[in-house]
Amino acid sequence: MSAETGIGAAVKRREDLRFITGRGTYTDDLNVPGQTYGVFLRSPYARAKINAIDAAQALQVEGALAVFTGQDTAAAGLGDLPCGWLVKSKDGSDMVSAPHPPLAVSQVNYVGEPFGLVVAESLAAAREAAELVAADFEELTPVVATAEAAQASPIHEGLEANLAYDWELGDEAATDAALAAAAHVTRLDLTNNRLIPNAIEPRAALATFDPASGEYELRTTSQNPHLERLVLSAFVQIAPEHKLRVVAPDVGGGFGSKIFVYAEETVVTWAAAKVGRPIKWTAERSESFLADAHARDHVTHAELGLDEAGRFTALKVRTTANLGAYLSLFGSSVPTFLYGTLLAGQYKTPNIHVQTHGVYTNTAPVDAYRGAGRPEATFVVERIVEAAARETGRDPAELRRLNMIEPGDFPYETPVALVYDTGNYQASLDRALQLADYGGFKQRRAASEAEGKRRGIGFSCYIEACGLAPSQLAIQLGAGVGLYESGEIRINPTGSVTVFTGSHSHGQGHETTFAQVVSDKLGVPFDDVEVVHGDTGRVEFGLGTYGSRSLAVGGSALISAADKIIAKGTRIAAHMMQAEPDNVAFEAGAFISGNQRLTLQEVAFASYVPADYPPDLEPGLSEKAFYDPENFTYPAGAHIAEVEVDEATGVVQLVNFVAVDDFGQIINPMIVDGQVHGGLAQGAGQALLEHGIYDADGQLTTGSYMDYCMPRADDVPDFTVDTTVTPCTHNPLGVKGCGEAGAIGSPAAIINAVTDALGTEDVAMPATPEQMWRKLRGL
Amino acid sequence: MEQAGEYRIPAERAVVWRSLNDPAVLARCIDGCQSMEQLADDRFAATVKARVGPVRATFDVALTLTDMRPPESYVLEAEVKGKTAGFGKGTAEVALADADDGATLLSYRVVGRVGGKLAQIGARLIDSAARKMADDFFSAFHQAVDPTTKPS
Repeated sequence: MSAETGIGAAVKRREDLRFITGRGTYTDDLNVPGQTYGVFLRSPYARAKINAIDAAQALQVEGALAVFTGQDTAAAGLGDLPCGWLVKSKDGSDMVSAPHPPLAVSQVNYVGEPFGLVVAESLAAAREAAELVAADFEELTPVVATAEAAQASPIHEGLEANLAYDWELGDEAATDAALAAAAHVTRLDLTNNRLIPNAIEPRAALATFDPASGEYELRTTSQNPHLERLVLSAFVQIAPEHKLRVVAPDVGGGFGSKIFVYAEETVVTWAAAKVGRPIKWTAERSESFLADAHARDHVTHAELGLDEAGRFTALKVRTTANLGAYLSLFGSSVPTFLYGTLLAGQYKTPNIHVQTHGVYTNTAPVDAYRGAGRPEATFVVERIVEAAARETGRDPAELRRLNMIEPGDFPYETPVALVYDTGNYQASLDRALQLADYGGFKQRRAASEAEGKRRGIGFSCYIEACGLAPSQLAIQLGAGVGLYESGEIRINPTGSVTVFTGSHSHGQGHETTFAQVVSDKLGVPFDDVEVVHGDTGRVEFGLGTYGSRSLAVGGSALISAADKIIAKGTRIAAHMMQAEPDNVAFEAGAFISGNQRLTLQEVAFASYVPADYPPDLEPGLSEKAFYDPENFTYPAGAHIAEVEVDEATGVVQLVNFVAVDDFGQIINPMIVDGQVHGGLAQGAGQALLEHGIYDADGQLTTGSYMDYCMPRADDVPDFTVDTTVTPCTHNPLGVKGCGEAGAIGSPAAIINAVTDALGTEDVAMPATPEQMWRKLRGL
Repeated sequence: MEQAGEYRIPAERAVVWRSLNDPAVLARCIDGCQSMEQLADDRFAATVKARVGPVRATFDVALTLTDMRPPESYVLEAEVKGKTAGFGKGTAEVALADADDGATLLSYRVVGRVGGKLAQIGARLIDSAARKMADDFFSAFHQAVDPTTKPS
């Protein structure tokens, strides 16, 4: 295939032309005849009983069509929003799930929880009517703080406590014994700050119901439309799958927050049939702050044991994870299976034990957000390793190197249930040290000090587990769905190629990279390959995009489908060339036997116009495949941050950041760089700027961009990024996934640099100027 | 939210007290007040159109007077509901004292909290908004009770 467009080429993203010229089609851009508008009624209280809701006045507004409440959805038999991963407590009992009706019925449990939907002819009328709905609440005492929630009185009626589960992984006795015998134990208390995802496009839904066919169609901002359809069919029971089409058109970012099935699209879909008209709902930014699933919010105590030589002997981790008021779709899995399993990091720590208390609070549900559990795990491991190096007087890079799993150790089984297939952690660390000019740091520090600035350097050698897999294992561990992906390749009669993937692109660039993969594999021109995704009406099935899985799992499914195309094409070509199939080779888009040659396009045409065709073969050249991975993939890398803290103002400037990542084989290096840059900016946001804060009453006080600080271009340096490559051993592309790495590795590196600059381990994220200013003055 | 202030009002204490309990005077002095109704000796209901930063809404206000010590002090409990704009709750301790020249010194201390959109968007602005509302109210009240002011 052409070197300009094949695997490994930095092809410009073909989807960008429509995005940058304003021709993208997002959910809110869509309009259908007869469309009405929905506005949700949201709780102003963190916890309150709903005594009565009176919509009589609201319905007098001109253009108001209907007001639906939780009583209506309950009476209609609408099911609860489910949690898709059943986590078990260490005593073997199932997690305690609080019922999660799409609209609150008798009690609201977080500020912003929807308790009603107003539908009107126009958005203005819907808003006006919403103002006139009189809701009588009786305020109840909320539980807000993560650390105290387990002991506080239960927020949900009928539940004994606010503890959803008490989960553990690893050998506690062996870990305690190893800590008792350790030459040195480093202890650290850590908080992983609550984040609020802020995709540039707020969530939206446009639902229609066709009484003639009985079919619902939901167009919405989803990362995984098939999963959305599955949940709305099987759990909420709006309609069976063959009567429900879910389309995710262009979607402007997700970062995990658009994986989940939310109340809003659920209720809007149901209500479209009730009203008999299409309903559109688009979130305002302030609704996104309140009602998109939040992220992180852990309180952790960790202990790391070292022997005399500095080798890690044990790691013990105690975490309380805030799950919010309800279990969101994958909320239960994030602080357990996506967190505890990663605590070995890149190291040969022989004994690890982790315990996670998942707690309910009167805050928005917490779920996966770029990295999902792995940034939290990396923060624990890499912060405590850095602290241990300082406490024992060792160079932090060398302490890491001493403890790293070595290239000869793979496959390496960790004490926390994973088997790493491959890696070379030393190689990425070496390259990062070189790019960061580690040797020159002392000089740079002296130069900063001369300008009244404290300079610090920090490391983070992270690992992540991507491409969640295999299905059977995940289902044994509590997953409610399989974790495979589907792909279909249709060679059209005149030779162009339509590719269908169950994975979804909302910024990742699938339309480019997946076309690169298929054009490379089949030897057809890049421009002849079209990638279709995000529509349950066009794509057979899929599980969407999360966990950096698209290429490793979805791309592999396309390779399987392409192999089937080549196999069938070989038989057709053999017949046409009067050769034995075994003597036909497929190279660069052509079937070759001796000096005969037929292009894939010629063979495709013959398959649709089967004049000279094998009698035992079906016509057509279209193949589909499901790919279920054997194992996770394990991207890993070394991040080095350098910061300057201004003594006068406390402002932390991230002055240098080096990221050397091992993503396995790379399809499009430009897109990979972009993914890393974006992830690093989000990690810098968590480390330095972003903080979702509820006050003691459970009111969200960081509910707009005035108070919730997102990273901007001048908050981050010109990143230095590079890659090392150890191909994944178990997928056909040798790829590992790159979407989350930046956000996983960077917060620990940045805080390690800040703590280095300040000379104290006691720094909380975000490292705001106020906090730094106080620390510098011993306040 | 906590706030306190003092105003010198050029009228006798008895006049000030009476005016503070007069729904018509209060309605005139509250900017954006659309209605003010006295439900009982110690209870008022009002509708007020107000704005806190970007949050603009019509609020239903329920006022209850307690600890009445005429003509010295009372405690005003306010419950404000703005439907989709959120809510507010507060208690104001109001005290009157004689000042020179037959004037009255009014001092107040408010403790309150807000919820919903008011807290989400307005938390940072609530103190200055409350201060401005108090200043506007008392300057209007000053006009209303000042015997030298000509009736308009």
